[in-house]
Amino acid sequence: MKAVVTVMLKNGVLDPQGKAIGQALSGLGFDGVGEVRAGKVIEVELAETDPAKAKAAAEEMARKLLANTVIESFKVEIAA
Amino acid sequence: MKAGIVVFPGINRERDMAIALERSAGRAPRMVWHRESDLSGLDLVVIPGGFSYGDYLRCGAMAAQSPIMGAIRAHAARGGHVLGVCNGFQILIEAGLLPGALLRNQGLRFLAMDCHLKVERADTDFTRHYQAGEVFRAPMAHGDGNYFADAATLDRLEGEGRVIFRYATPTGEITPEANRNGSQRNIAGIASENLRVLGLMPHPEDLVDPLMGGEDGKPLFDSICAALAA
Repeated sequence: MKAVVTVMLKNGVLDPQGKAIGQALSGLGFDGVGEVRAGKVIEVELAETDPAKAKAAAEEMARKLLANTVIESFKVEIAA
Repeated sequence: MKAGIVVFPGINRERDMAIALERSAGRAPRMVWHRESDLSGLDLVVIPGGFSYGDYLRCGAMAAQSPIMGAIRAHAARGGHVLGVCNGFQILIEAGLLPGALLRNQGLRFLAMDCHLKVERADTDFTRHYQAGEVFRAPMAHGDGNYFADAATLDRLEGEGRVIFRYATPTGEITPEANRNGSQRNIAGIASENLRVLGLMPHPEDLVDPLMGGEDGKPLFDSICAALAA
């Protein structure tokens, strides 16, 4: 199965990239653009067939490498 | 002093670092490839700047998982000295040897320019040839040097005297204008609890000879050589 790990900067951590994207959107004429935050999505193919175990494994991967939990939070979703 | 420079794929400042170390120590450092695991006999382990693993995932994240990191951790744990400059600082942070994180520069631009560093304390093995409060010039070249830590960690670092260098004006004022990458509290370099692991973003190794335009960075290397002279 596939684990989809979404990594975002934590609230309170300045996201200059998101800010720049927001300014560019406003510059393009999109009205009412509020805060924009940029993150990343990492897809991991896993041999594991049990969704709960796959999720636990992906969370461990996120804690150890995929996210820097000092500044980033993560969310794991299991896709069949 | 026996120094070793750890080289990861994508690191590109190891030769400059070797020149700086050799000028102060009088002997060439050992180059250690990241697949090696033996740092025995070394007094100082240096992780130089560059773009290890192409800065994939996060700057320093891949190198922090490299085989040699176990040996570097063990070296630090037994009280050995470690210096990380630029990408080396990012790697030390990703490896958990120094606290905090280094974010994208606040202006989003890669900054390649001189900055000025204020020496917060001159009683460490890395700074004894400077004066406390002294300001020296150092080139910087990074896209992710914006030091971040939560308020509690910052207060702890300050309380324990672990902020070693701050971005300052040439006259030593700590201002937002001098802090081009947006680092919290103008922090440019921090040390471990025992003050033997030092990480900083700017490059003191780039100013160690009049031919380079100055010798502002040489006292750092003279300091560590004097501390570890044996």
